[in-house]
Amino acid sequence: MTPLLQVRNVAKLYGARIGCTDVSFDLYPGEVMGIVGESGSGKSTLLNSLAGHLTPDRGEVIFDTRTDGPVDTVTMPEPERRMLGRTDWAFVHQHARDGLRMSVSAGGNIGERLMAVGDRHYGSIRERAADWLRRVEIADSRIDDRPSAFSGGMQQRLQIARNLVTGPRLVFMDEPTGGLDVSVQARLLDLLRGLVREMGLSAIIVTHDLAVVRLLADRLMVMKDGHVVESGLTDQVLDDPQHSYTQLLVSSVLQV
Amino acid sequence: MSDYNFAYLDEQTKRMIRRAILKGLAVPGYQVPFASREMPMPYGWGTGGVQVSAAALTPDDTLKVIDQGADDTTNAVSIRKFFEKTAGVATTEETAKASIIQTRHRIPEAELTEDQILVYQVPIPEPLRFLEPRETETRKMHSLQEYGLMHVKLYEDISQHGAIATAYAYPVKVEGRYVMDPSPIPKFDNPKMEMAAIQLFGAGREQRIYAVPPHTQVVSLDFEDYPFEASKADHPCDLCGAEDSYLDEVILDDAGNRMFVCSDTDYCRSRRDAGHTGRLGEEAA
Repeated sequence: MTPLLQVRNVAKLYGARIGCTDVSFDLYPGEVMGIVGESGSGKSTLLNSLAGHLTPDRGEVIFDTRTDGPVDTVTMPEPERRMLGRTDWAFVHQHARDGLRMSVSAGGNIGERLMAVGDRHYGSIRERAADWLRRVEIADSRIDDRPSAFSGGMQQRLQIARNLVTGPRLVFMDEPTGGLDVSVQARLLDLLRGLVREMGLSAIIVTHDLAVVRLLADRLMVMKDGHVVESGLTDQVLDDPQHSYTQLLVSSVLQV
Repeated sequence: MSDYNFAYLDEQTKRMIRRAILKGLAVPGYQVPFASREMPMPYGWGTGGVQVSAAALTPDDTLKVIDQGADDTTNAVSIRKFFEKTAGVATTEETAKASIIQTRHRIPEAELTEDQILVYQVPIPEPLRFLEPRETETRKMHSLQEYGLMHVKLYEDISQHGAIATAYAYPVKVEGRYVMDPSPIPKFDNPKMEMAAIQLFGAGREQRIYAVPPHTQVVSLDFEDYPFEASKADHPCDLCGAEDSYLDEVILDDAGNRMFVCSDTDYCRSRRDAGHTGRLGEEAA
């Protein structure tokens, strides 16, 4: 089986400082990869480099495209990379405000990606927007409300709907549950787990919350100071951490 | 004549503007940056249009200036006087006799010909501006033809008003390539943009010039199930009886009486001279 995403020796430097370096892994279709580490460990830099928001200084990010097979997205022409960003890729930001258009209604937010790939039928756009609102558990009577009238948890769910409407194959998530209270987090995680399984999505989830990766991720990478210090199956890494930093991380979780 | 250089601007400035105009004509709908000059009028009064007109004028030209279709409003009168004084060119109110027409927010009703130039005054040249505030991003969207966002605006219109409520500055796609803001003309005028005359657009404050060459395809954006409609007030003109012209609504008193008149004053007058009369035509004359 061809991996959906092959990452080879990716590095991003900020001048002399290391953002992240020597990162390599394969991601297979339907697989969810978690990336954990403390603040400043380079996990967001890595995610942005993979998603094309930042240009890596070294390395290859090879994506298995529908038409041309595996292609290095770092060197592919910008129009094609931006097209991937609207179709096969999705990016869920930590703050819903970064991923949503706050002055456009919920329906317009979901419809944007459809219109960006050429859908020009108002009725069908609206129908699919309403359908996706229901799938992320927002009443479709709210379709004409602006995201500013939504709660934090609803905004995050709206952002997910907006990203998944074009049926992407790979979703990048940057702290999708950050800043939400625990009960809302639980509901969002439940929803995400359902969608990932149902749609057969591959995902890369960056978080500092070990509970999130325990629930969602099949595999786990632990990062520290821009390097991957440990990787493996999620349960294996969390239950039997080998590296001293992973041991510290696991033992730092508060037990209630 | 006066002590001003012909048409106010110095020759180097006019050359610079002509280069921008030629580039604009070569790439229809593309916004060409230019070094807009301070003009002796405030921004928003047509500084861009005036500079384009000044660069296009020759001593043999006949100039017509309209503001919302009218020849006799402040803006039109002032700009006409400005060029009478600084260029000494002939001016006219008759559309057919003019070789250059500077306009604010209207296209004349009479069909324009191949030997005419229509100069638009543009407040905000970027059609994507209110959806995407970053200039770097809108330029990239133009260069990569990422115009899905324009339809998000039309989607919002339909979801809020049940129809595309954008009535002016209605976005168009030029020759299948660039999405362009036609300046705040009513969407009634959009179909007229596929015309024989050269159309030049000048935005002074925003420092952009763009152009539509003669007989260029100009398509108004829409949805398959909500097609573009060139709408106007559903009345005939109360002075000349015309049913095919764009109308202004004028409130007559505080008892609810109102009248509809052609916004193109030259068109209305020429029809009345030819003997056409509307509902209130006799009393007004």
